[in-house]
Amino acid sequence: MYNLINLGLDTKKPDEPRNYKSERIGTPYMKAFLILEDGTVFEGTSIGSTKEIISEIVFNTSMTGYLEVLTDPSYAGQAVVMTYPLIGNYGICYEDMESERPWPDGFIVRELSRIPSNFRSEDTIQHFLEKHDIPGISGIDTRALTKILREKGTMNGMITTKVYADYAEPVSRMHSYSVKGVVKATSCKEKHTIRAAEAFAAPIKKVALLDLGAKSNIANSLAARGCEVTVYPCDTPASEILASNPDGIMLSNGPGDPKENVEIIAEIKKLYDSETPIFAICLGHQLMALATGADTFKLKYGHRGGNHPVKDHETGRVYISSQNHGYAVNPESLDAKIAEPAFTNVNDGTNEGLRYIGKNIFTVQYHPEACPGPQDSAYLFDRFIKMMGGNE
Amino acid sequence: MPKNPQIKKVLVLGSGPIIIGQAAEFDYAGTQACRSLKEEGIEVVLLNSNPATIMTDKDIADRVYIEPLTLEVVEQLIKKEKPDSVLPTLGGQAGLNLAMELEEAGFLQENNVRLIGTTALTIKKAEDREMFKETMEKIGEPVAPSDIVENVEDGLRIAEEIGYPIVLRPAYTLGGSGGGIAQNPEECREILENGLRLSRVGQVLVERCIAGWKEIEYEVMRDGAGNVITVCNMENIDPVGVHTGDSIVVAPSQTLGDKEYQMLRTSALNIITELGITGGCNVQYALHPTSFEYCVIEVNPRVSRSSALASKATGYPIAKVAAKIALGYTLDEIKNAVTKKTYASFEPMLDYCVVKMPRLPFDKFISAKRSLGTQMKATGEVMSICTNFEGGLMKAIRSLEQHVDCLQSYDFTDLDVDGLRRQLAEVDDRRIWVIAEALRRGMSYDEIHEITKIDHWFIDKLSILVEMEQALAKGPLTPELLKEAKRIEFPDNVISRLTGVPQDEIKAMRKENEITAAYKMVDTCAAEFAAETPYYYSCFDGSNEVEYTHDKKKVLVLGSGPIRIGQGIEFDFCSVHSTWAFSKEGYETIIVNNNPETVSTDFDIADKLYFEPLTPEDVESIVDIEKPDGAVVQFGGQTAIKLTEALMKMGVPILGTAAEDVDAAEDRELFDAILEQCDIPRPAGHTVFTIEEAKVAANELGYPVLVRPSYVLGGQGMQICINDHDVEEFIGIINQIAQDHPILVDKYIVGKEIEVDAVCDGEDILIPGIMEHIERTGVHSGDSISVYPAKSITPTVEAKLVDYTEKLARALHVKGMINIQFIVTGEDVYIIEVNPRSSRTVPYISKVTGIPIVPLATRVICGHTLKELGYKPGLQKKADYIAIKMPVFSFEKIRGADISLGPEMKSTGECLGIAKTFNEALYKAFQGAGLKLPKHKNMIITVRESEHENVVEIARRFQNVGYKIFATRGTAKVLNDNGVKALTVRKLEQESPNILDLILGHEVDLVIDIPQQGAERSHDGFVIRRNAIETGVHVLTSLDTAGALATSLENRAQELTLIDIATVENL
Repeated sequence: MYNLINLGLDTKKPDEPRNYKSERIGTPYMKAFLILEDGTVFEGTSIGSTKEIISEIVFNTSMTGYLEVLTDPSYAGQAVVMTYPLIGNYGICYEDMESERPWPDGFIVRELSRIPSNFRSEDTIQHFLEKHDIPGISGIDTRALTKILREKGTMNGMITTKVYADYAEPVSRMHSYSVKGVVKATSCKEKHTIRAAEAFAAPIKKVALLDLGAKSNIANSLAARGCEVTVYPCDTPASEILASNPDGIMLSNGPGDPKENVEIIAEIKKLYDSETPIFAICLGHQLMALATGADTFKLKYGHRGGNHPVKDHETGRVYISSQNHGYAVNPESLDAKIAEPAFTNVNDGTNEGLRYIGKNIFTVQYHPEACPGPQDSAYLFDRFIKMMGGNE
Repeated sequence: MPKNPQIKKVLVLGSGPIIIGQAAEFDYAGTQACRSLKEEGIEVVLLNSNPATIMTDKDIADRVYIEPLTLEVVEQLIKKEKPDSVLPTLGGQAGLNLAMELEEAGFLQENNVRLIGTTALTIKKAEDREMFKETMEKIGEPVAPSDIVENVEDGLRIAEEIGYPIVLRPAYTLGGSGGGIAQNPEECREILENGLRLSRVGQVLVERCIAGWKEIEYEVMRDGAGNVITVCNMENIDPVGVHTGDSIVVAPSQTLGDKEYQMLRTSALNIITELGITGGCNVQYALHPTSFEYCVIEVNPRVSRSSALASKATGYPIAKVAAKIALGYTLDEIKNAVTKKTYASFEPMLDYCVVKMPRLPFDKFISAKRSLGTQMKATGEVMSICTNFEGGLMKAIRSLEQHVDCLQSYDFTDLDVDGLRRQLAEVDDRRIWVIAEALRRGMSYDEIHEITKIDHWFIDKLSILVEMEQALAKGPLTPELLKEAKRIEFPDNVISRLTGVPQDEIKAMRKENEITAAYKMVDTCAAEFAAETPYYYSCFDGSNEVEYTHDKKKVLVLGSGPIRIGQGIEFDFCSVHSTWAFSKEGYETIIVNNNPETVSTDFDIADKLYFEPLTPEDVESIVDIEKPDGAVVQFGGQTAIKLTEALMKMGVPILGTAAEDVDAAEDRELFDAILEQCDIPRPAGHTVFTIEEAKVAANELGYPVLVRPSYVLGGQGMQICINDHDVEEFIGIINQIAQDHPILVDKYIVGKEIEVDAVCDGEDILIPGIMEHIERTGVHSGDSISVYPAKSITPTVEAKLVDYTEKLARALHVKGMINIQFIVTGEDVYIIEVNPRSSRTVPYISKVTGIPIVPLATRVICGHTLKELGYKPGLQKKADYIAIKMPVFSFEKIRGADISLGPEMKSTGECLGIAKTFNEALYKAFQGAGLKLPKHKNMIITVRESEHENVVEIARRFQNVGYKIFATRGTAKVLNDNGVKALTVRKLEQESPNILDLILGHEVDLVIDIPQQGAERSHDGFVIRRNAIETGVHVLTSLDTAGALATSLENRAQELTLIDIATVENL
């Protein structure tokens, strides 16, 4: 459907001398195809690994922060389309990674920069994807793709370098795909501790962070505020966490359908029943809602980007937030005695956060830890610290 | 927070005449804001001295005052109209300064008028150097540290504290002379010693050197509840050191990671919060290229050129939202006008790349230095949108209308590598072309970056364009290569030039391989939500989103491109009014334009907006998609007229005057035939191609002669020649750019210049009025003071003017607008030129006569007759007012530009003086142009010998109003001999104190300098005029203007009468 010869990618590793001269114009690269469940086919250029994958295709509208997107565990089981057309401009700055590795199954862009240019850049996207065996496609009309996803809703798709004579077969394989088991896959395997920032002689609070596929900056944001953060694997029993007697519990973000996590939900109910202050983000927010009897549903095409306005009911203020979620809590399903909406999306009116009645618990659907995206909601970490009895 | 119910009547301050640094963007912002206020039922009173603006139309505001933007006027206006609020943030720096003056005078409080959109404290915090520094320190935002020193020791100490390298700027020296960058104490001492000596006040500013850092801007908004958002960020390709108005700018930023992007975004939001701005604000940063260190360079607490650019780049209407916020609304209560589904409290996400390029006036000021620095020099700008940066840049280049269409357009092949290195170090408007040449020679990115400090990423993009040039030149042109070339927006003509393949073959190859432009929507949200706004840009690597509909007749309105001297905001006024009129006639309207500053590129003016270059190929791609029933070219100035032939070839009918007739007016031979047929005289003349032919023609006609290229606007390249030498010089300059058309050599006749705009329906002609210029022939009409109604012509001449206009309009089969310029000597009337299109004077004459000329012409084009529309043909009765259009110049901004007036236009804008009497109108016009006299009551007069007899009376009049006159020897002698006391000053080359010392001493109000005609042999006059301008002294180079100024000083009106233009009617 679309054919485009990209100008080329710098596949050189950063330690090799840069040779910017390119003779590549007009030289075709290995072709790649993005095949959607509805039968649409985009033809482009292969980037990263050349292996074939089937995944759920979602789009992200952030104009910067592609590395943070790639390393956000919430994208596990999905392939991400960047709507901003020029990706890779500032290369890969390893210190900006939100987890140990990239998680998406595939990466879809309009154009990958031929050279990275930033004083911190240590690698190129091309090499980074290759290293982690993640396939991708460039040179396609990402806007046309986004419009399909917007109109028909998130759907499955395949990225492949194989030429199919008939798309019926791959499409039939796609139908059966669903995002599964991703929380377990992305969560840490061992408990570990992150010390409070050096500026603090002693930690002001001790926080237990339940890692459901957490972005690093959640723990970092707390550590920067003087908290010592103990990170627990997602299958840690509530009793173990509570036994460590933390000042507060943080439930992290994470990937997939919240309802899939039946066991974790049961443990979170126990955390709810304790008197420990709890702050939850994204998947954590959804799981807390499910644990207390509310329901979640899948959004047509989700919220993924750095420009979503969220209204704080308490102050009436609107904050621009970083978001990445395909599911949301149904506010109709809330038991008014248990929880009430605390934040709402100004664009579509969906729920963006809850306040738990009579409890030191508040949860948000969006990402106060940013990375990528606006830092405007970082004040929520201060609110959490205050809730734990610290100074805001 | 709902609307504040106490706000019912708002005074909106405009920005006045167009000058460099304050251009059409404020008409766009002001118009949008006024409409936004009216939407809310607010009564809008508008004050702006610029008659060429759309905001000064009676359908935009309820009460319209085209009066000088002075404290005196605004106070009187507030007393007369009694608004409850003043909105000052949409009128640029001019509006803001006026608001501050009002506030400081205590006038607002006394009269119970509130400032909305900002407070005086906010303005102070942002504008006052000290308060700004304090405010930034309070919230921990870094500014480049600096201090003022008065001796070398202090300077060295401060420099040590700040850290090297440092910038040293002596206070009050001309154009920053004596300053420099010091890397170490030795250099610092040297520059300081010199700078302290040169500075008149013995002060030098010592500042942290941030030249070469990345320059990044953020456009942010805040409402009364404290909600804050970022509309857009932008990255200047040229690092800190070049004014952002003169930089190539890309949106969003390209080389910033999320960490840097968010760091600066958070900073910008902290700043707007601390300043307490309610509305829009622009924050400029310098970001260290290899660290996270940054400095706040500047904050503009108002809408600005950058905010207009950000609005067009994102689709987010900043001025409209700012106006609503000023009324008390919060961001989450204001609908997103683009999606109509979401709210203003979000941040636009782009899924394309925007490139802005400045339009610099060096083609007008050949003697001016091309170098770019912290003083903005651009008169306008172009913007382009594409899915990739290379394409954006290519589109922007060909939008400039500067005879450039790719990176080969300026030729540096004659420079050797060292020469190239030196040229790279020159920061001027051709830098990207120099980089392209360096890349062709194989210079490394690192070396280019080292010299220019331009980021590697941009250098690589330029390299991609150069590589494509090379690939095309090498060939063969395969469909794959063609597709890639089109993806990065190589126009067919350039591909043809590089490959040698004829354009029509390339076109055929494109058709065959389906390589055609597709159009994408600017929707503020990267396709996340469905949007309804028909605002499009083209790309070659995607599917088309424009839905073809053809429910009603479709008209293509071609805009006028970037604002440059000779083609200003007037043509945008005409394009917009024509669009509205077509819409009322039941047409679907489609605007094509590339100027982000204008009203015409606001997405709700036409039914569809294509933000595209105005070249035949780009227009044809739109035509292919839209299949319009016709195109109108007579309102978009020369830019649109130039497309006539191409449109006809595409099979698009030209609505209004036919293409052959447009040609007949420009083609000398055809035109002469028409004049002969109508029995209308014109100054004798010839068409020539070479210098030799020109000299023969000139000698036959007899000097002085006028020399000019045909098919240009604003008298570009037009000069008066008094001898063969001049002819050689000027034709040489004209022929620097390849000419498709002949050069005209005409006898120069001294006389009164008269200008007429008329509307013709093919049969009847309506002449709204006759305008007379104060300056005699020889000064370009755009630079002349124009008086309506003409005040010194006899009934016989008037009858001739009307007769000639009618004859010409009929002979040229004009349908729509025609503009004619005449020379009158005694009872004789000659034609100078005819333009079968809308002109610079149309907005002005429309407003003062109350006749809606553009809508009228548009309806005539649609097939109505003047009579049918209720107008009586012929010259209309004179209005009750005298209206004087005064040109405004920006000479102080362009170093090295010669300011003397001549046949080539040099003014950037205009203002209006309107009153019941000539004298009051003249006084207002001078006031509006910023002439605030007298101050010191000292003046210098130096005139060429041929004017000696004419200068005496004028000098006497200045003496009578109290002026002490200094004059150069010859002039002084004539004056003293005739009883006007004049002190002789030494000439420039003589020892001090001489004429220059007098000027630099800041004790002179005015210089009257009448230079020799032709190429000036002496450099003195030039130096004197430049120094005067840069010292802020007014300079007049025409005795006629001087006479008018004397009249104005003799008749200083006490109480001005303010006239509401909205009430002027003439039917």
